[in-house]
Amino acid sequence: MTFIPKPKLHHPELQKNALGYTRRDYEGPVSTLCAGCGHDSISAAIVRACFELDVQPHRIAKLSGIGCSSKTPTYFLGASHGFNSVHGRMPSVLTGANLANRDLVYLGVSGDGDSASIGIGQFAHAMRRGINMTYIVENNGVYGLTKGQFSATSDKGAKSKRGVINSDDPIDLASMALQLGATYVARSFSGDKSQLVPLIMGALRHGGAAFIDCISPCVAFNNHEGSTKSFDYVREHNEAVNRMDVIMGREEITVDYDPGTVELVTQHDGSILKLRKLHTDYDVHDRVAALTYLQERSAEGEIVTGLLYVDPEPKDLHGHLRTVDTPLNELDESALIPGQSVLERLNAALR
Amino acid sequence: MLQILDRVEGLQRVNDFVVKFANVNGSGSASANALFAKSVLRMGITATPRNIFPSNIQGLPTWYEVRISGDGHMAARGGGVDLMVAMNPQTWDEDVKSIVPGGYLFYDNTKPMAPSKFRSDIVVVGVPLTRMTNEAYSDPRQRQLFKNIVGLGALACLLDMDFAAIEQLLSEQFKGREKLINANIQALHMGIEWVKANLDDPIKLKTKRADTVGDRIFIDGNTAASLGAVYGGATVCAWYPITPSSSLAEGFINYCNRFRRGPDGKNNFAIVQAEDELASIGMVIGAAWNGARAFTATSGPGISLMQEFIGLAYFAEIPAVIFDVQRSGPSTGMPTRTQQTDILSCAYASHGDTKHVLLIPEDPYECFEFGALSFDLADRLQTPIFVMLDLEIGMNDRLCKPLTWDDSRKMDRGKVMTAADLESGKRFGRYLDVDGDGITYRTYPGTHPSKGAFFTRGTSKDRMARYSEEGADYQENMERLQKKHHTARTLVPPAIIRPSAAATRMGAIYYGSTSPAMNEADLILADKGVNLNLMRLRGFPFGDEVAAFIEDHDVVFVIEQNRDGQMRSLLVNELEIDPRKLAKVVHYDGTPITARFIVEAITDRIDGDKVVPFRKVAS
Repeated sequence: MTFIPKPKLHHPELQKNALGYTRRDYEGPVSTLCAGCGHDSISAAIVRACFELDVQPHRIAKLSGIGCSSKTPTYFLGASHGFNSVHGRMPSVLTGANLANRDLVYLGVSGDGDSASIGIGQFAHAMRRGINMTYIVENNGVYGLTKGQFSATSDKGAKSKRGVINSDDPIDLASMALQLGATYVARSFSGDKSQLVPLIMGALRHGGAAFIDCISPCVAFNNHEGSTKSFDYVREHNEAVNRMDVIMGREEITVDYDPGTVELVTQHDGSILKLRKLHTDYDVHDRVAALTYLQERSAEGEIVTGLLYVDPEPKDLHGHLRTVDTPLNELDESALIPGQSVLERLNAALR
Repeated sequence: MLQILDRVEGLQRVNDFVVKFANVNGSGSASANALFAKSVLRMGITATPRNIFPSNIQGLPTWYEVRISGDGHMAARGGGVDLMVAMNPQTWDEDVKSIVPGGYLFYDNTKPMAPSKFRSDIVVVGVPLTRMTNEAYSDPRQRQLFKNIVGLGALACLLDMDFAAIEQLLSEQFKGREKLINANIQALHMGIEWVKANLDDPIKLKTKRADTVGDRIFIDGNTAASLGAVYGGATVCAWYPITPSSSLAEGFINYCNRFRRGPDGKNNFAIVQAEDELASIGMVIGAAWNGARAFTATSGPGISLMQEFIGLAYFAEIPAVIFDVQRSGPSTGMPTRTQQTDILSCAYASHGDTKHVLLIPEDPYECFEFGALSFDLADRLQTPIFVMLDLEIGMNDRLCKPLTWDDSRKMDRGKVMTAADLESGKRFGRYLDVDGDGITYRTYPGTHPSKGAFFTRGTSKDRMARYSEEGADYQENMERLQKKHHTARTLVPPAIIRPSAAATRMGAIYYGSTSPAMNEADLILADKGVNLNLMRLRGFPFGDEVAAFIEDHDVVFVIEQNRDGQMRSLLVNELEIDPRKLAKVVHYDGTPITARFIVEAITDRIDGDKVVPFRKVAS
């Protein structure tokens, strides 16, 4: 694999966002993943979401673990700092980075092997600490880079490309995130951009732990008959509980809707999540009901997608730790070092 | 009352004896024991205590051994105990057995003991502590706590200690709580008065005001290291509890709460108790990547778990500070015993060609100094820095120089390009060695809208941080890392060389908590006519002085507290020394090394070599 920069020639009439950036400014070098890989669609959705949100590209930090999914941060947001950490340990690196500078936007990209197997411990603890981040698992049910072994999100009974039937029960990361206290939980499908882009936008504007489980078929190893993570299978079994748009605070809200079918959720930063309910009795603010609903539908073989849960006023780790508003990495000697006079007092007490 | 089974001529010593308190863990004895040691210090006499304790919270035996030395010796003395304060029936037999002939046994004689429980060659001093406290107090908790203080009063009287010094310490300890101060002083005098009224000076071990303490302070290494982290400007601490390092992180929490609160009550720090050591080092690396000074504190098992991340930090060149308070092995791995067993696993931590920087403090003073320094070095060298404590230094109070700080000192944040640097057109390549010292420039995330961003990863990269698996790119990077490591040898604290008074061709190398034993052994050896030039290692990679020192001697004893002679291996490997030139002196039973052990090992070796001359062995 080599580094292939994208040509810098821009179409003169490319649309610009409020900051004057074009979509190209949010892209990265050319992807080296397989042609048709679901992960590339997610990268495109991230680019789109960041463009729409008018984020300065360099104020985003993108972090990942190891695996196909974790390679993708190289292929978007080329003007952002990125960190390919070690397998399954992105959450801890992101946690530390977040503690050092609370002013950046943190985007963690991981896969089902990275988060549900080797990294399940760090995944769980990042959720329960409430790190202010967007955590996307690009979930294809297999290990792609090592050529098609089952991952821990593979459904029981699913068939591998080599014909092996998976006998282990699957781990549902969205349910785990709900149970562990994540304050924004969604599931989507890389083949459904219109659903995915707003979910990423809402997550990026969320002030706590936001988790998106994104089913992303592996065209090389898990897109065959008998797979439960193939494009066809997911399309057939996708059961969206809602469709969402993100409305920025500055936009005028003009909605025409039937009462009871649309809900507006205002997040702490002023962004508004406009939810068009497809299941009128589904409540995105009820964590317990969401868990039950996921289990019920899963038993029926359905893949529930959409915004599953949101707490519009989340607490994050900085809130719990009562850290100063200034990023810790900007504090200087005057804030950090007590000086000789304090040492003299301490010395005196130690004699 | 006095129960003396046999008239024995007891040892007569002034300011030179070992007292050992045998206690039940969790009985509140710890603070009374510390009070005893501090009272001796207040008399100007060097007192060096050691906690000897099992991996347990309540009920099992613990000991507190205090060496009192008018000559200022601080190493564990070794050998038997001169005065045993036997307060634990469970370990009575073992405790009585450990007293040297002519030594003393102090015990609570409220309940009579069978004569067979004593020895005929020691002096036995019984004081009815339980009876006294039961008569004076009704609350069971008070009875327990004050029994320790009554016992301290009795001992203070028997050893001619300065009562006023103890009273002063009590009023400092309970400052502002007059009732508590008075109650403690009352208990203290209950013990003193009883001894005066009932005993006729049975103990001939005496304390006498001296002047060996000076302005030194009494602090444990973990606490001093945590202060070093505060003064080093650490803002992020991620840790996972593990004996014997936990009190280092807890010290940091304590000092941050006292000294790192902003005027709005918000914290200029973030401390996370992580889910394991992998997460704690991951958080440290993430925070340091993002420009904060970050550290973790752990012990050997934690170092093992962190290996992969340590390698990533080495290759991705991210600063990290790791305090390793060494114990022995994994699992139930003698967590409450001391060792120097992580030298190799830290120096060469992780897979791939890695070499790391170690700082090796000898006492709490250096724990503070090196603790603060480690953050400058981590930023300057953009690599993990290990501060190698051990349980002996970390968890025992020790006399050391007072801590000092130069208020004009600035943090050395190393080579960081700012937005202004990038704007001015300075060329940025994350792994581009523009200064020729192997150290490259970095940028913090979020610095500039269009310049200076890069992707951090393992070894698949070129000098501009672009993805590359080209052999030439890899090799160039590895050679630059080698150069950087070479630069590091000029930045770590140099070894301290102390020449012998008489010319000699023999040397000794030691490090860390071995210092006090080595210093004492050196005096004893000199008395025996064995002269050694001494070199104390304080850092790795080794400076040029280390190779020169070894070169200048025919034989060099390498004294350490592990089985395999890990530092010796490191010297042999890094400096390409003939192994026969470096004689291994290793102590590894989990107790601190003693001067007696060193003297014996070295004299045995020399005597043995009279048959086969050293020169032949080491040629």
